[in-house]
Amino acid sequence: MPVPQAKLDALAARIAGLDLARGGWAGAARAEALARLGAMGLPAKRDEYWRYTDPAALIAPQAPHAATFAAADEPPVFDGIERLRIVFVDGVFDPALSDDLRLAGVEIELLSRAGQTDIHWAREVYGVLEARGQAPVQRPLAALNTAFADEGVLIRATGRAARPVALIYLHRSETSDAILHHCIKVEAGAELTVLESGPAAARFNKVMEVDVAAGGRFHHIRAQGRDHGRRAATHLFARLGAESLLKSFTLTANGVLTRNEVVIELLGDDGVAHIAGAAVGDGAFHHDDTVFITHAGLRCESRQVFKKVLMNGAVGVFQGKILVKPGAQKTDGYQISQSLLLDGDSQFLAKPELEIHADDVKCSHGSTSGAIDEVALFYLRARGVPEAAAKSLLVMAFLAETITEIGDEAIAADIRLRLQNWLERHGR
Amino acid sequence: MLEIQNLHVRLEAEDKPILKGVDLNVAAGTVHAIMGPNGSGKSTLSYVLAGRDGYEVTDGTATLDGADLLAMEPEERAAAGLFLAFQYPVEIPGVGNMTFLRTAVNAQRKARGQEEMSAGEFLKVVRDRAGKLRIDADMLKRAVNVGFSGGEKKRNEILQMAMLEPKMCILDETDSGLDVDAMRLVSDGVNALRDAGRAFLVITHYQRLLDHIRPDVVHIMADGRIVKSGGPDLALEVERNGYADILAEAL
Ligand SMILES: Nc1ncnc2c1ncn2[C@@H]1O[C@H](COP(=O)(O)OP(=O)(O)O)[C@@H](O)[C@H]1O
Ligand SMILES: [Mg+2]
Repeated sequence: MPVPQAKLDALAARIAGLDLARGGWAGAARAEALARLGAMGLPAKRDEYWRYTDPAALIAPQAPHAATFAAADEPPVFDGIERLRIVFVDGVFDPALSDDLRLAGVEIELLSRAGQTDIHWAREVYGVLEARGQAPVQRPLAALNTAFADEGVLIRATGRAARPVALIYLHRSETSDAILHHCIKVEAGAELTVLESGPAAARFNKVMEVDVAAGGRFHHIRAQGRDHGRRAATHLFARLGAESLLKSFTLTANGVLTRNEVVIELLGDDGVAHIAGAAVGDGAFHHDDTVFITHAGLRCESRQVFKKVLMNGAVGVFQGKILVKPGAQKTDGYQISQSLLLDGDSQFLAKPELEIHADDVKCSHGSTSGAIDEVALFYLRARGVPEAAAKSLLVMAFLAETITEIGDEAIAADIRLRLQNWLERHGR
Repeated sequence: MLEIQNLHVRLEAEDKPILKGVDLNVAAGTVHAIMGPNGSGKSTLSYVLAGRDGYEVTDGTATLDGADLLAMEPEERAAAGLFLAFQYPVEIPGVGNMTFLRTAVNAQRKARGQEEMSAGEFLKVVRDRAGKLRIDADMLKRAVNVGFSGGEKKRNEILQMAMLEPKMCILDETDSGLDVDAMRLVSDGVNALRDAGRAFLVITHYQRLLDHIRPDVVHIMADGRIVKSGGPDLALEVERNGYADILAEAL
């Protein structure tokens, strides 16, 4: 089918001002990504997976303005966690704010420097997992990222990482348009935790490709930043080997537009992938989780747990699919997406999908949308808990199933505190 | 302590009068029992006193130590010392029983200008009071009332009462669904709290509970009114003959 001219025009306008970095192994990967992109054009509102989220602001030639925001009322998230910090300001690596990149059990290199130092493992990841993730659903913003990203980190865990690696995204310019591309390889039996935090830019396009080898374990926890005006389109592509594990949790509080796509392939047998998200929005907040999990191996387990708390016209979207390939017997797939609507103005749109081509599998999915339980609220108040605190307790109870997916208790406690503070600030 | 005068209450949703002039005066240090047929308005009275939405007070007053209960938010009533053991305790998935108890205790202390209980002190007190009600560590850890049996839920209500140490305790059919042993645990819990500064309003259908918790005054409620009041013997009369004679006499 020919690509509609409008999509190609949008693409031409979007990339007119961007430079394609040439040369080296990454140059070839970028050229291929550009070719992929040219065959798709940019997303449009009529596309099947963009019906609930208008891509206009994400594909516009210029990033829409977004005021910067310094949260003085709480310390930055993960501040108390021992970690190796890698800081990007409006998408530009900041060596002065970052730690030394040496860490036991891990090799870290910047994408911008990787051209000179031929990093073999990265050639098998950069753009490779993104390209695999383009079928059956096209993800043009990710191809655009692969083609034009000139910064990011390449992280290879060869053993047990001594500390989490923290990617910290600061936002200082109201017009910044950041593109970052990270590649992560967790070698057989290795274990790595990656933290991400901050708004990054007025507009942020980020791709993270994660290749987890047999028996590897990858933990990912991110908090997307409290700026109201920021916009972000992120993709997590992951490929899991036998008996490997991937756990990813995302906290989104505020942000006028966020689209988080997750594409996971469980290739080896006995792999485990848990993806969770807690989103809280008040007013101009549109938050979209679009997830695609493919079961190809035997006895793999996947969980998708997404909860959104919405008020004053905030909009939540969930599009989640479990695809069980022929032969992926004993698959255990679970998917839940729920919203708590704190008033009548807010909206939750969900599209859960199951496609199963094996007969001996266990898959369940559920989606609900509801209000605060008034009976429970009265019960709490009758015990002396003030209304706002009682609502906050009930909201935290609603979100609890997502936070459970964070393995580390100190990190989970930090996330819980952020949510409680947010609820307090927003009168719940 | 608790003074109710000419209380008239209507269900908002159905525009239906439920309480049609309740008069009741519970003095500090006493135990009053309310009996009465199903649907006579006993739970409605307890909910209205606790401040639940959905009811409109069309006439009358209710005060606790002289303070206008009906003008307060539910949490203010609780902080003022009012406690309702619910006929149907509420399940709250995701909120741990211990968290719930601690939040409630500290919220009330804060409202009264007292210091919060330290985590250590709280734990000690909870363990002691829960132990007396045979509430084990597992029940304290689980979500509030989720997966509890009927009897466990009722004992959990009494644990909350023991932790909050309210001065006006209303028990709405706390004995329903309890076996003999649980009934004794609950009664012992209530009796342990009896003192000169505290009062109880015990709603029940059965003399059995009143054998353990000896009331000073027994009231019969029918069709939204207290139709007869008397001593403990009145409960025995109900036990023997049912409500028919009393209701006929009241008409
Ligand atoms: N939420 C409600 N909706 C409809 N009817 C109600 C509601 N609450 C109470 N009622 C009615 O009010 C009357 C009194 O009920 P209730 O106070 O529960 O009585 P009791 O506790 O004495 O059995 C009954 O006729 C009951 O059906
Ligand atoms: Mg009742």
